[in-house]
Amino acid sequence: MTRTVPPSSEPEAQSSTAPKDVAPAVALHTGTSNVRTLLTSNLRQSGIYIAFVAIIALFAVLTGGTLLAPGNITNIVLQYSYILILAIGMVIVIIAGHIDLSVGSVVALTGAVSAVLVIRQGMPWWVGVLAALATGLAIGAWHGFWVAYVGIPAFIVTLAGMLLFRGLTLQVLDNISLSPFPQEYGRIASGFLNGLIGGQGYDAFTLLVFGIAVAGYAVSQYRSRIARIRYQQPVESFPLFVAKIVLVGAVVMAFAWQLATARGLPIVLIILAVLIITYGIVTTRTVFGRQVYAIGGNLAAATLSGVKVRAVNFWIFVNMGFLAAVAGVVFSSRSNGAQPSAGNMFELDAIAAAFIGGAAVTGGVGTVVGAMVGGLIMAVMSNGMQLMGVDQSIQSVVKGLVLLLAVAFDVYNKRRAGASR
Amino acid sequence: MDYILEMRGITKTFPGVKALEDVNLAVRRGEIHAICGENGAGKSTLMKVLSGVYPTGSYEGEIVFDGQPVRFNGIRDSEHVGIVIIHQELALVPYLSIAENIFLGNERRGRFGVIDWNKANAEAGELLRSVGLDENPVTPVGQLGVGKQQLVEIAKALSKDVRLLILDEPTAALNDNDSAHLLDLLRRLRDRGITCIMISHKLNEITAIADNVTVIRDGKTVETLSLHAGEVTQDRIIRGMVGRDLESYYPERESHPGEEVLRVEDWTVWHPTQERKIVDGASFTVRAGEVVGIAGLMGAGRTELAMSIFGRAYGRNITGRMYVHGKEVRPRNVAEAIDAGIAYATEDRKHYGLNLIEDIRRNVSAAALEKLSSNGFVNGNEEIKVAEGYRRDMNIKAPSVASVVGKLSGGNQQKVVLSKWLYTDPEVLILDEPTRGIDVGAKYEIYTIINRLVAAGKAVLVISSELPELLGICDRIYTLSAGRITGEVPVGQATQENLMELMTKEKELAA
Repeated sequence: MTRTVPPSSEPEAQSSTAPKDVAPAVALHTGTSNVRTLLTSNLRQSGIYIAFVAIIALFAVLTGGTLLAPGNITNIVLQYSYILILAIGMVIVIIAGHIDLSVGSVVALTGAVSAVLVIRQGMPWWVGVLAALATGLAIGAWHGFWVAYVGIPAFIVTLAGMLLFRGLTLQVLDNISLSPFPQEYGRIASGFLNGLIGGQGYDAFTLLVFGIAVAGYAVSQYRSRIARIRYQQPVESFPLFVAKIVLVGAVVMAFAWQLATARGLPIVLIILAVLIITYGIVTTRTVFGRQVYAIGGNLAAATLSGVKVRAVNFWIFVNMGFLAAVAGVVFSSRSNGAQPSAGNMFELDAIAAAFIGGAAVTGGVGTVVGAMVGGLIMAVMSNGMQLMGVDQSIQSVVKGLVLLLAVAFDVYNKRRAGASR
Repeated sequence: MDYILEMRGITKTFPGVKALEDVNLAVRRGEIHAICGENGAGKSTLMKVLSGVYPTGSYEGEIVFDGQPVRFNGIRDSEHVGIVIIHQELALVPYLSIAENIFLGNERRGRFGVIDWNKANAEAGELLRSVGLDENPVTPVGQLGVGKQQLVEIAKALSKDVRLLILDEPTAALNDNDSAHLLDLLRRLRDRGITCIMISHKLNEITAIADNVTVIRDGKTVETLSLHAGEVTQDRIIRGMVGRDLESYYPERESHPGEEVLRVEDWTVWHPTQERKIVDGASFTVRAGEVVGIAGLMGAGRTELAMSIFGRAYGRNITGRMYVHGKEVRPRNVAEAIDAGIAYATEDRKHYGLNLIEDIRRNVSAAALEKLSSNGFVNGNEEIKVAEGYRRDMNIKAPSVASVVGKLSGGNQQKVVLSKWLYTDPEVLILDEPTRGIDVGAKYEIYTIINRLVAAGKAVLVISSELPELLGICDRIYTLSAGRITGEVPVGQATQENLMELMTKEKELAA
């Protein structure tokens, strides 16, 4: 077979202009990728981004710009953060070929545990948070035990968990709502970091944090580009690379500006960002993440490749329990109390986010970033329709259809990929 | 000449690839017509064109069936005129009965559209007799072996009044007995006037049964040979398939066995759910630089033996001792077996060997991710470099290591499986049916890779259903029958006859 650039050609590889007359295989290997191939080669992912932008544009127009107003953007973040947190755990569960129907009940129970300790017993706010997280981990271990070690399908285990933990929530709360939390607890979901370094009409601290984040993004992208070139991997041409960084930076800073001119940097956004970055790395760059994909892609082959399937499945559910507890804390903080019916149907929103974000029903496929975009698509649609005063019933119809179409698009894509063989 | 089928000038293009180019195929009424070609040569594509999977208009050229030009827009159309295709992967529902499977989609209705089961079962019974299968039509298909399932598929085809039966690799998963039975059945069907197209890699079967053979290479028809003259040998067909003479099926190798690498003693394995021994007191050794074969009929316990050694991946109540380089090891799971220096490449790469939706890179690294990672983080660039190295070494035909393995041909998939296990750097490599379902050229490449491994001092244990293959590549051969090792024969003294005798020995004692 023709291919591969000799080692001596490294400097040329950096200039990233592959000669025109070489075989396509070589171009694939070290050459540049233009926007078109970048988009088409990853239609599954890029399709979702395009849809996201289109939906934002649509609702921005329909709401006469209110959607993108500073106050509203802050609102979207605050309102849907817990769904996004759940979707992070859910997409990992789905990649491994499972499902978790219990997360809504777990959100309720962890919030209730926290509320009982902090509101009824008068303990400090952080005791409530730690107790909620511990409860979430224990529930995750419970699910993990039944799924991984007893071998009961996750659908059944978590369906049972959904009933079980809803019941325990009612028990813990004695069937009544508890409120309000002390002010510190409320800050988790509704607090802002602002005014730390001043600013006129805007919060300079917010801009600074986002500026640092964009710089960090640019540096890490550049380092990964250098590493790829060193290993003779394909990279996009340098102008395209710069354009990509500038575009991402501009979008992020525009978003930051809207936040800064509203109420500043929401604390929950920091929590969410840390989780997304952490789990983005866990799923793409760690051995554990690889094993999750391997299990979902072909369980038998993963087992025969030495993957400790039971342990991996167990920790996937422990992790889901943990994230459900984080969501429980955020939700109870936001609603400033615990209600017996808290978190109802959250599991369905989280599952929908993962599937709209490109996860496959059969397992083995999906990304954290995709699930976040999927969740944001739902968030923007809900928010936009609320702003337009659309009836709740119509909102539900639209959301249902979007979920169906997103998965249909995915199935269609796969079939096309299969037919091109 | 009376042709039942003529395909003229068939050209089928996929984006970027010409899968078929001006292919011509003429099949005479009432003959068995074999189609040969390497994997990826275009045989399956041609059959998909014929059966309407690729509808009229998606290809160029014309199909004439029974003197009439035909246009198919789906399998239903082709079945309507009597063309039935039986795929390599059987399409039966395991939980349904034989009769239900036979009449699936073609139910025998009585009054009010309700299925008349008495009639269906009676008809199914007749069809089963005509294919020589002595089973009750109400038996669930899942309880039958692969050989019998194949016969059910044929019975199903007969129920549709088949005139042209297409079989894709019908004997690939069958043992010698079942294969012989199937070939016999095809002869009888021919006598009944049913024309048959058979795609096969097994050239001995083709020369034994077919009237004509059409050879396809790189999407083009090379030639159609008549097998009646008796002049056409297997070598002659191979020359057509690969476009050159293969000097030999099996590359030459000098044998220099070294010290003992793997010793297994008194190995006994029980069936995971039933009260019976699958492997019974097996003992064997493999030395460095040596290829050792395990010969046995289907159900003899070959795969079960290998998988139980490989970290107890099969069976329960496993007893016995095993030593790697003289040191006793007791791997309790696959990860420990890999650590102990054992690698097992499965006989069923699609279900047990590969993650078909992932790319070459992630499949190659799947069993040795620790080597590519520090503190739990995978070095993706190093991973690509490693995979790239194997792609080159193994001659895996794919544009890059980012290619999804599900889209590779069988031979290339097998090379990915081998790469995965070589990267674990094993002391002993167990290869279960390493050349099943792959073409002659790729087989030769696999044998060459095996030779390179033993030349590098590795120990290789090969399980194979094809005795000529074992005779061609092994230094020593153990025979396994009903879970017991019944013989150990140096290759110099082994013949197909004496191996077969040993492979069936215990069975007769038990019977």
